[in-house]
Amino acid sequence: MIRRTLRMSGTLLTMLVIFGPLSSLVIWSVAEKWYWPHLFPQQLGFFYWAKVLQGDMLRALRDGFLIAIVVTVLTLLITVPLAYVLARLPIPFKPVILMVFLLPQAFPQLPVFVNSTTLLYRVNLGGKFWGVVLIHMVGALVFAVWTMTAVFKSVPETLEEAAINLGASRFKSFYSVSLPLATPGIIASTLLVFLYSLDEFTGTLLVGSPFVLTLPVYMYRTSVGYELQVASISALLLMVPGVVLLVLLERYMKSEYLSMFGRI
Amino acid sequence: MVQVQVENVRKTYGKVEALKGASLTFASGAMTAILGPSGCGKTTLLRSIAGFIGIDEGRILFDHEEVTELPPQRRGTAMVFQNYALWPHMTIFENVAYGLRLQKVPAAEIRRRVLKVLALVEIANLTDVETRKPAALSGGQQQRVALARALVVAPKVLLMDEPLSNLDAKVRQRLRAELRRLQKQVGITAIYVTHDQEEALALADTVVLMDQGRIVQEGTPQEIYLKPTTAFAAEFLGVSNQLEGEAAAGTLCIAGQPVPYAGQVRGKATVIFRASDIQMEDPSASLRPGTVALQGVLEESLFLGAHYRHYIRLGDGVVMADSPEPRATGPVRMVLTADKVQVYGEQ
Repeated sequence: MIRRTLRMSGTLLTMLVIFGPLSSLVIWSVAEKWYWPHLFPQQLGFFYWAKVLQGDMLRALRDGFLIAIVVTVLTLLITVPLAYVLARLPIPFKPVILMVFLLPQAFPQLPVFVNSTTLLYRVNLGGKFWGVVLIHMVGALVFAVWTMTAVFKSVPETLEEAAINLGASRFKSFYSVSLPLATPGIIASTLLVFLYSLDEFTGTLLVGSPFVLTLPVYMYRTSVGYELQVASISALLLMVPGVVLLVLLERYMKSEYLSMFGRI
Repeated sequence: MVQVQVENVRKTYGKVEALKGASLTFASGAMTAILGPSGCGKTTLLRSIAGFIGIDEGRILFDHEEVTELPPQRRGTAMVFQNYALWPHMTIFENVAYGLRLQKVPAAEIRRRVLKVLALVEIANLTDVETRKPAALSGGQQQRVALARALVVAPKVLLMDEPLSNLDAKVRQRLRAELRRLQKQVGITAIYVTHDQEEALALADTVVLMDQGRIVQEGTPQEIYLKPTTAFAAEFLGVSNQLEGEAAAGTLCIAGQPVPYAGQVRGKATVIFRASDIQMEDPSASLRPGTVALQGVLEESLFLGAHYRHYIRLGDGVVMADSPEPRATGPVRMVLTADKVQVYGEQ
């Protein structure tokens, strides 16, 4: 009896912790008038939703998606061959190369981004679309290289040897054996990178604004400007791709990849 | 039918010398087994012949033509792997047809040859080879598919890297005999790497015994088993007992007991004899001349199904002896004929 009560209260508490803050977002997004000290909004409506959909937010949403797509494509193009080479070929200093990719994450984010911002402005990429793409790739490449290398390593080498043994060139064995078998892992990495870019904040804020905005930055600006309704709506909209992608990720991420993570 | 020659092959990995100058000829059309413990270099040798490993020194020749510099794709060998190495995302048909597709054989011909080789390895009655994937098959069936994939391209040499190790005992026994039959039927030069001595003896025309990168002995299965030339060979094959002894003219002292000895070894010696060659008698029975008799104490017996394995204390060591009947513990005399006792001097 006591255990059941405990379990129920535990579940309730968890749900409160998870959904409580979110519920505040939902209420704010439909609050037209809400002043202290009232516990609930005086007036509910979709005024702010309409306002948002006509305004700047859609542009931020579009730009954010566009940047995420470009970052994902570029990262894939660089990482897939690089990861294959790191996973298969005996290259000297492999640990060093992987460490180099890990470095940006090893330092506190803000100094790294602030420095990058000054660099990017110097080469005239500050406040521009491609500047933001580059700063996103700093983080995206880290995820992608480590994950993708683990993915290719999880394909048993004998499978490629069997193909080579029967006459396939190195490239053909990559294309007909490794790539198809690595595809679920590549999809998983793609989703991770896309989500990372979509949600990236600090770097985009420093490098992009006020000219290039993504949804997180837009959300920050509106929340700072006390337009809490707009901020809440942006937050809710931002959650959607996140949830969708994580559901997809759960489908594609296999434990074999995780077991190979970091093994050089 | 291709003859393979390996001349003075050396390969070093970092600090470890995996192959220390091995020279060997694999007769055309024969099945040669390379036998040895883990780390002896047998897999390294096989992979060098396949071309996956580049050797540091030496030559490899197929029918007297040097292939040492050729990449694996162009050597014309076909390998069967321990883990089958079937491609899980392709159907069984696609797996077997892969090599032929690379050679740009026309589709109708591919179909004919694939179905023919699947019949040869006895999985032709499998329905839907064109839709089923390897994961749907049992281990034994998967290995047959792997064998079919290797044979369908009509390779010059068939290389097998412990192909039966991943299968359970019953399947292994059955496939062993079939492999032998197939190899003889097709007449292909085959090289079979294994650490299982029973398998090597059963399958091969010639057995090559390797240890630590060197070839220890080469010969027919009977020669290797009955006339091992080194202590290592004697110990590796069969269920062996290895003891220290002292050899003199006419006498060999084993664990303090003198026995008649007609060999040439003098001084400290390694004495090896097999569990299956020991007869056990009552200590009070009369000694037969010309036999080697050792007195010990039977401490324990294990029932292994086909026979009993007795553990007999001799000096400060334990000797294993096999017999079909159980025996009571207590003093026992072990009797062997002189030719079954292998004596090796310091090496």
